[in-house]
Amino acid sequence: MIPELGHFALILSALVALILGTLPLIGAHTNRMAWVAVARPAATAMALLVTFSFACLTQAFVANDFSVVYVAQHSNSLLPIQYRIAGVWGGHEGSLLLWILMLTWWAFLVAMLSRQLPEAMVARVLGTLGLVGFGFLLFILLTSNPFERLLPAAAEGRDLNPLLQDPGLVIHPPLLYMGYVGFSVAFAFAIAALLSGKLDAAWARWSRPWTMAAWIFLTLGIAMGSWWAYYELGWGGWWFWDPVENASFMPWLIGTALIHSLAVTEKRGSFKNWTVLLAISAFSLSLLGTFLVRSGVLTSVHAFATDPRRGIFILIFLVAVIGSSLALFAARAPKVGLGGRFGLVSRESLLLTNNVLLVVACATVLLGTLYPLLIDALGVGKISVGPPYFNAVFVPVMTPILFLMGVGPFARWKEASIPEIAKAVKWALVVGALVAIVLPLLYGQWHAMTALGLLLAAWIVATAILNFVERVRHTRAGRGFVATALSQPRTFVGMHLAHIGIAVFVVGVTMVGSYQDEKDIKLAPGQSVDVAGYHFTFNGVKAVEGPNYVAAQGDFDLAVDGKFVRKMNPEKRNYHSSAMPMTEASIDAGFLRDVYVSLGEPIDRDKPEGEWAVRVYYKPFVDWIWGGCVLMSLGGLIAMLDRRYRVRARAAAPVSAGAQQA
Amino acid sequence: MKTRHKKLALIGGALAILGIIAALVLNALNSNIALYISPTDVAAGKAPVGKPFRIGGLVKEGSVAREADGVTVRFIVTDTAKDITVNYKGILPDLFKEGKGVVAQGKMTDAGTFSASEVLAKHDENYMPPEAAKAVDDAQKAANKHVSPSSLGQPKASY
Repeated sequence: MIPELGHFALILSALVALILGTLPLIGAHTNRMAWVAVARPAATAMALLVTFSFACLTQAFVANDFSVVYVAQHSNSLLPIQYRIAGVWGGHEGSLLLWILMLTWWAFLVAMLSRQLPEAMVARVLGTLGLVGFGFLLFILLTSNPFERLLPAAAEGRDLNPLLQDPGLVIHPPLLYMGYVGFSVAFAFAIAALLSGKLDAAWARWSRPWTMAAWIFLTLGIAMGSWWAYYELGWGGWWFWDPVENASFMPWLIGTALIHSLAVTEKRGSFKNWTVLLAISAFSLSLLGTFLVRSGVLTSVHAFATDPRRGIFILIFLVAVIGSSLALFAARAPKVGLGGRFGLVSRESLLLTNNVLLVVACATVLLGTLYPLLIDALGVGKISVGPPYFNAVFVPVMTPILFLMGVGPFARWKEASIPEIAKAVKWALVVGALVAIVLPLLYGQWHAMTALGLLLAAWIVATAILNFVERVRHTRAGRGFVATALSQPRTFVGMHLAHIGIAVFVVGVTMVGSYQDEKDIKLAPGQSVDVAGYHFTFNGVKAVEGPNYVAAQGDFDLAVDGKFVRKMNPEKRNYHSSAMPMTEASIDAGFLRDVYVSLGEPIDRDKPEGEWAVRVYYKPFVDWIWGGCVLMSLGGLIAMLDRRYRVRARAAAPVSAGAQQA
Repeated sequence: MKTRHKKLALIGGALAILGIIAALVLNALNSNIALYISPTDVAAGKAPVGKPFRIGGLVKEGSVAREADGVTVRFIVTDTAKDITVNYKGILPDLFKEGKGVVAQGKMTDAGTFSASEVLAKHDENYMPPEAAKAVDDAQKAANKHVSPSSLGQPKASY
């Protein structure tokens, strides 16, 4: 009964979404305030209905209702409760429902937190979100109904893919989807601006915190996925340039460009068209990512069972959304205007360079991701584009971005002078060069690429500090240094924190890439292996019983300089419900390095108590990669909470009125 | 006049950067693309020499053997028509199993075996890598219909 209620709520929500996607938009166009007023209640109703529907599916999982096909396929009565709940998004249908849930929550939040916006604007934003929601609800209802019944009911579920039975599944998809779907809000704001023809500083100020929120979630979601792959897949890598990773990285790159271009639109009124185009692109890439992942055209860890109808539906939806928004853009963009002029060297031109480079980076990723599909579709063979391609292209494109990141904050709006900037940053260059020369030598080997990475990271941190100090000096006006430092605008503090996060990330990537060490080796009980000064002694393997698996658990002693540090217990698990073994690595994490042990397989399958193939890793600074991402998100969060985004209606209204006359 | 010069400088700079990037991308693509080649095509001598490529197929039952060092593995990849012996040093992925699909990247050695730098098996026991599936399908089609796969499935060496 409950699954039927959930299904019914989903149908109702599709109808509500259709109303939300039509009446308010028409109302805003024809000035019918009664129709405009539909927007907020409809968005709320849509969110409530989808939440109810989602709760119904969760209930089916928790209660082990194997008469629902989706539950029978993705759960099992032995599955621990947290994975039964997370199992809701462990497959195609449920993860789509999660997508929709996130979308309706974003719409609900916009409805609640937009009291200071003009009603027509709110109606257009929510209407656009309603249309997107309608498309996805239709997709679920027509091709991927999670509530479909199984008659007769299965006695036992097929179980969740063991790879997904991990805390990562509980956190990674919701975060990532919040980010993906969050760009729909930036998109909706852009469409609303095109529809109304009002694209001004006030508009940029409204959409900035929303874009920032989506970007924060996406950053955390991607970082979480990377960390999960690192400890769970047992390969010790943190990024594989897997097409699905790329699918989430492309909106991130464009989203990052969008944040910066929105800053220019807000402060200077420039880049208007460009900002709108980026907002459309960011969301289009989110949709493209969904298409790539869900249609099954990709070979990937993320590929679920496929159904060609789904691929075609998303493809049509993708074409409709991108096509109609670009058409609207083409029709309206000339009216929007270009905004303020700026000099060849100025904050604007530097940010423009940043934007162009980020877009180029995204284009290269897109090319590398789609090229194999294109070649395959043309029938000229199957190819794969591997990590070396991305690395070869990415480093040269990212290097100037990282360099300019240090320069940008020193440049004045409109017209900046190069000698002035050079004078301000010269010490940062000295610090960077020192770090680049000395630090690699301390680690034993000096490589040009290592030095470059460290140079850029140190450069970013040093310029951020210099810039911060300079600004505090200029704004002191008699107050103490600390008091002035604490009263800096949050956008400014957030920006530097996020940039430092990038530097921390670069240190992690550089160090782990340059100095990691790994060994694959055969070990008999009692034997030991050394990696980078860490001494691992293998004491053998014993059988351990988990809630729904049995595992061979390795027993290792980790020692440094002859002193015992800790036990390490990697596992090789065999889940009852599937024939699939799972490697659980054991990681000793630290501020400056991780050491990592995982079990391969017994050399003789019939003698698990004997010799094993074992992999040991030394990963210097690897946690800085995710630490950097957390800092970036934190910076974003601080910037998002800036006072000026909470200006009330009285302050916002005259600005947009003034811009209308202009 | 001055603004025109500025514009020209901007456009020139942008074009130069685009050119550099395009060159980078093409170069990187050129040297980092791995073609998929089926065991049948490898046996027919269509594999690139000295360049990495990928093979796909099934791990032949009973073919997996370990060297004395314990981490070098030898196995046979088959598309049911032709076999290739693959050497790989390292830990195999969890889902590597005899009789299941596999994709390996590496180079041909002078001895006519395939030296793999990477072995991929995907993360679902029922999932078959499309490249492996295609190799097997093609081989079986060729066996049934006596149509040479080279007329259709031959990868063009256009790089």
